[in-house]
Amino acid sequence: MDLFCKAQLSLWLIILACLSTDAYAVIASEKLDQNITTADHSEFKVLQQQFHSGPEVTKACLQCHTEAAKQVQQSLHWTWEYVQPKTLQTLGKRHVINSFCGSVTSNEPRCTSCHAGYGWEDMKQPPPTDETSVDCLVCHDTTGGYIKLPNAAGHPAYQPMESPLDSGHMKAPPDLTVIAQNVGHSQPANCGSCHFYGGGGDGVKHGDLDSSLVNPPKSLDVHLSAEGANFACSDCHTTTGHITAGSRYQGNAHDTQGIDVPGHTDMSRASCESCHGAAPHHEEKLNEHVDRVACQSCHIPAFARGGVATKTWWDWSTAGKLDENNKPMTVYDENGHLSYLSTKGDFHYAENVTPEYRWFNGTVHYTLQTDTIDSDHPPVQVNWIEGSAHDPDARIWPFKIMHGKQPFDTVNKTLLINHVYSPTDDSALWTNFDWAKALAAGTKIAGQPYSGQFDFIETEMYWPISHMVGPADSAVKCSSCHARNSRLNGIPDIYIPARDHNSLLDKIGWGTALLMLIGSAAHAGGRGISALRRRRNKK
Amino acid sequence: MSRVMVFKRFERFWHWSQAALIFFLLFTGFEVHGTYQVLGFGKAVQLHSTAAWALITLWVFAIFWHFTTGEWRQYIPVTDKLGAVIYYYAVGTFTGAAHPFKKTTLAKHNPLQRLAYLWLKLIISPLIWVSGLLYLFYNQLDQIGLGNIPLEWIALTHTAAAFLMMIFIIAHVYMATMGKTPLSLIKPMITGYEPEQEDATAASASNEQSGEKPL
Ligand code: HEM
Repeated sequence: MDLFCKAQLSLWLIILACLSTDAYAVIASEKLDQNITTADHSEFKVLQQQFHSGPEVTKACLQCHTEAAKQVQQSLHWTWEYVQPKTLQTLGKRHVINSFCGSVTSNEPRCTSCHAGYGWEDMKQPPPTDETSVDCLVCHDTTGGYIKLPNAAGHPAYQPMESPLDSGHMKAPPDLTVIAQNVGHSQPANCGSCHFYGGGGDGVKHGDLDSSLVNPPKSLDVHLSAEGANFACSDCHTTTGHITAGSRYQGNAHDTQGIDVPGHTDMSRASCESCHGAAPHHEEKLNEHVDRVACQSCHIPAFARGGVATKTWWDWSTAGKLDENNKPMTVYDENGHLSYLSTKGDFHYAENVTPEYRWFNGTVHYTLQTDTIDSDHPPVQVNWIEGSAHDPDARIWPFKIMHGKQPFDTVNKTLLINHVYSPTDDSALWTNFDWAKALAAGTKIAGQPYSGQFDFIETEMYWPISHMVGPADSAVKCSSCHARNSRLNGIPDIYIPARDHNSLLDKIGWGTALLMLIGSAAHAGGRGISALRRRRNKK
Repeated sequence: MSRVMVFKRFERFWHWSQAALIFFLLFTGFEVHGTYQVLGFGKAVQLHSTAAWALITLWVFAIFWHFTTGEWRQYIPVTDKLGAVIYYYAVGTFTGAAHPFKKTTLAKHNPLQRLAYLWLKLIISPLIWVSGLLYLFYNQLDQIGLGNIPLEWIALTHTAAAFLMMIFIIAHVYMATMGKTPLSLIKPMITGYEPEQEDATAASASNEQSGEKPL
């Protein structure tokens, strides 16, 4: 009886244990919804009004979020200005030249359509100081209805507009009241409305950032995919007080701090190591790679993988040709990608692009409009990256290297300000199709010294690849780098097994082995023949 | 005439498993070297490392065995008959002369073999072993103060040693077929026993030399 009781008791205990671990499992696996908020903005009186402009909405936001505009106005998203801490160059979109559209300067109302504000129309002036000129909605709209016009210095449409152009179809302007009542945390679509369309179109600039990341399959991006980690951009680009972590002007190419434990480290998660640590593989040999190879190099096997092509070549020198009716031309290649525009010149697009690899320590230098270029040795590096095998902070990183041709001053040896867009006159290339006129006007607006003599020079520009991380099993295979024909063929000063060998040693080694074989065969032959002879002689 | 065991069970096990491992290490090693792609680099490295550990383990046992049994004395170089053996391979084998040496349990290797195996055991193998271990633990070398050795030196030493091993093996395999029949020298390494029909003159010559009574 006693025994029976004991048995019964332990049975109950077992059942209880099962139930409790089960309950624990449910609690542990329940995922927090990070987008839950404590405020329903449609309940707020101040948002229950008809808004006629972006700044009007911002004014309403600031009634509660008193510090938000001040914070945004401190951020790189606002200032477009960044003093590189190592090179002390003044960078940022306000100052640099790139190998896509050239420069923001002289093309303001168009380029500032991606400014996180309203009405910045002159790059020589700092951005507007008025707090209501901050654009809250571009980052916090959750409806998808808020769209900044491409050429209105950051404003959305306030009137019905014909869209697409010349279609006769009128599109209503965004309903700012609905949008203001439905604000929330920034989603990839918010960040992407600018960052996916850099360089003048979807996927054009970065190659690892395009609209395919709004709702990507896990195979494309394990972090952003709903089947994967279901992140927002800000889960890695941690943002506090509207200041966002992760910079391309000064990157952290080798995060040795490891896992970012709240309260213990810098709270920046804009590196793989901040979540995955410095030894993330089961196999020790793979962990032994991380001191010299960036995670991205293996885990982003190709960029532009989501079905959106990226621009790899942009030759401005051919822009300006018109057809027989004096009309600008648009030409597509066999894949349906743009290959020529009278406004922009010749292009190449590519999908599933294998990155190029370089030593990189995070520091990026720029050729600014004041810097002299070496025009005898193109390509000119519009930006260039620091790093070598001897630099312990450098690792092998993947890059998109953008190539093309850009205008330069043949006397002053400088890259020239490219004036393509003007809403008011015919000074710009996209209206006059005349380079001489456009460059004269652009340099004048920018205050750039210009001899009046120009030509085009080949340029290249480095874009580090860090997004579109695929599932572990899609990582680059060992033999993609460890082979004579290696992805890392351009990487100097490091011995990579299977890629590298000493050909003299190989020649001596194989040669001696061959001689030994031939010698043995000859010796064996000799023995055979002499044995035969001896046998014959005996007879 | 009773049969004599010249190669004991451990010795044969050791010989053939070492042979298999070395062939396998050559095969995977030259894939790691980039000479061909068969298994895939990652797999080749993994198998090469596993086989290397097996070989090291085997060597540890073999070294222990050599010292506890005193068999290491088999590799002490001797000059007696060295010339005769070299003359045999260079000339005698063509004229039908008898091999000047006969194996016994006390002298299993002819003087030339002794030198060749000593070279294998004291030069080639340690070279491969040491360079291989440095290669394997390259990322930890700074902990033992060797962090300044470039990987390239280690890799080239290891590759050079692998070539030496390959060349040794070619010669070794060929010479193993130079008995009375192509397999007559190889059989004892499998069965352990010397074939009874081996040349009698050579046998007595060798036995005299080693001070043994003819069996
Ligand atoms: C003690 C035993 C051995 C150890 C510990 C060892 C270890 C290694 C290691 C770690 C590598 C480099 C793999 C990598 O890239 O990560 C390697 C490469 C190689 N091994 Fe071995 N190995 C051993 C024995 C052998 C033997 C017996 C041979 C051939 C007879 C051999 C031939 C090679 C070759 C040809 C390479 C390629 C070298 C290069 O091109 O860099 N190894 N070995």
